[in-house]
Amino acid sequence: MTEIISTLHEFFQFSFVRYAFIVGLLIALCSSLLGVTLVLKRFSFIGDGLSHVAFGAMSVAAVTSLTNQNLIVLPVTLISAILLLRTGQNTRIKGDAAVAMISVGALAIGYMLMNIFPTSGNISADVCSTLFGSFSILALKPSDVRLCVIMSIIVIGTFIFFYNKIFAVTFDESFAKATGVKAELYNTLIAVITALIIVLAMNLVGSLLISALIIFPALSAMRLFRSFRSVIICSAVVSVVCAAAGILLSILVSTPVGSTIVVADLAVFLVFSLISKAVRRSVK
Amino acid sequence: MSIQIACKNVSLGYEGSIVTEDLSFSVSSGDYLYILGENGSGKSTLVKALLGLKPQISGEITRGEGVAAGQIGYLPQQTVVQRDFPASVREIVLSGCLSKSGLRPFYTAAERASANAAMERLGITGLAKRCYRELSGGQQQRVLLARALCAAGKILLLDEPVTGLDPKAQVDLYEMIGKLNSEGVTIIMVSHDVGAAMRYASHILHIGSHKQLFFGTAEDYAKSSVGRTFIASEEAENDD
Ligand SMILES: Nc1ncnc2c1ncn2[C@@H]1O[C@H](COP(=O)(O)OP(=O)(O)O)[C@@H](O)[C@H]1O
Ligand SMILES: [Mg+2]
Repeated sequence: MTEIISTLHEFFQFSFVRYAFIVGLLIALCSSLLGVTLVLKRFSFIGDGLSHVAFGAMSVAAVTSLTNQNLIVLPVTLISAILLLRTGQNTRIKGDAAVAMISVGALAIGYMLMNIFPTSGNISADVCSTLFGSFSILALKPSDVRLCVIMSIIVIGTFIFFYNKIFAVTFDESFAKATGVKAELYNTLIAVITALIIVLAMNLVGSLLISALIIFPALSAMRLFRSFRSVIICSAVVSVVCAAAGILLSILVSTPVGSTIVVADLAVFLVFSLISKAVRRSVK
Repeated sequence: MSIQIACKNVSLGYEGSIVTEDLSFSVSSGDYLYILGENGSGKSTLVKALLGLKPQISGEITRGEGVAAGQIGYLPQQTVVQRDFPASVREIVLSGCLSKSGLRPFYTAAERASANAAMERLGITGLAKRCYRELSGGQQQRVLLARALCAAGKILLLDEPVTGLDPKAQVDLYEMIGKLNSEGVTIIMVSHDVGAAMRYASHILHIGSHKQLFFGTAEDYAKSSVGRTFIASEEAENDD
């Protein structure tokens, strides 16, 4: 135990470890806040679709060897978020098909581009790190950290400021509209914030695992808690704790950061499910 | 008796197809209006138009003071809340206050007090911390009524609120709504329960396929040929 602590202490001497920690926890916090709404509104498909779009955009950015990939990835993902939301609302089935089309299409184009215009000798490693997250979280520059902090503040601030409206729109859209809440506006806002988070989270867990970061903490919290606020708080705590544990563990036993965090989230989900089963049984 | 909402030759429909035409009626403060009609006759569509959510194709809807769009308490037809939605009763009732809060991110003490008062009025104060989805159907409708009261104290628009409740819960809810009406709240109730309409309504609007069949007081309705036929057919159905 003391050995582990001293190892960790040593690690935290390095600025890249501290950066990874800050960025990781902020992303986990942001994605868990939105996750509850996305899951409840049955919007989680958007998160999934968007992450593939972000992958496609990222490979385009890599091919054009832009120094700042976010210049392409961010706008493309934002626009797709709004488009997906629009189609998703019209008719359910068409919406689902649209998401599938866009996301699989983006994956295919992205992979093709990476193969045609390889930027490094090892394509499969490139693809793998885009899909499952890379160790690049351990190579963050101070400017990356600053960007992440600013975006997180925007996301968290927006969420807190519109918390009551987001609740109303999530719980009962037709009533919210009847009382003059601009439901469409807030749906768009939710989609835009989701896009921001996905772009942020690409580096941490990779595009395939982003959905897990968004969905798992929310689902875990919903196992145990019964009010919107307590679910949001619990989901945020779970997400941050899992991210911290995942990053630490991945440093200690050198596993991939992204999948370690997701495995931690999954473990919490299983534990919470068991607890809720036990509680229900004892109530009966 | 000031007129709160008046419709004049209003036609409603979706993208070219007319659902119902030429509706003319008015609601005054303190009224208890029942909107009767078969499924698909356009009752919910009319409700959306009254709320200002859906523009009419032609005709005129005028709203009196204090009942502008957004100031009408609304109980949607079958709020489809997902089975696993975590929300406490207090959170839901409070969300009725949003209509007044504009961009302000938090509820004021006055809004919290009005939510508490609404819960008190509907006898659900004891449920405030409970999870909505774990309540009975009748309790859930009371919660939504309390939320509607928070949104607007003067006029409530209820779209088939008793559907799916067991008979006792139906009677309880009717009594509760009747009590609110006797306290001065205008009620517009959508239903196809003509029995309850004859018991509680002061006015009746009956919509048939594509047109208005009757508007007037409940007494006149019971004497009219439309009313007598509908009442008889419903009674025959209930005897089955
Ligand atoms: N969003 C919509 N788009 C197109 N048609 C609709 C829509 N909603 C309802 N309708 C049609 O309008 C008619 C009236 O529906 P509705 O107002 O829900 O009736 P009611 O509430 O009396 O059962 C129905 O024929 C229905 O198919
Ligand atoms: Mg209806």
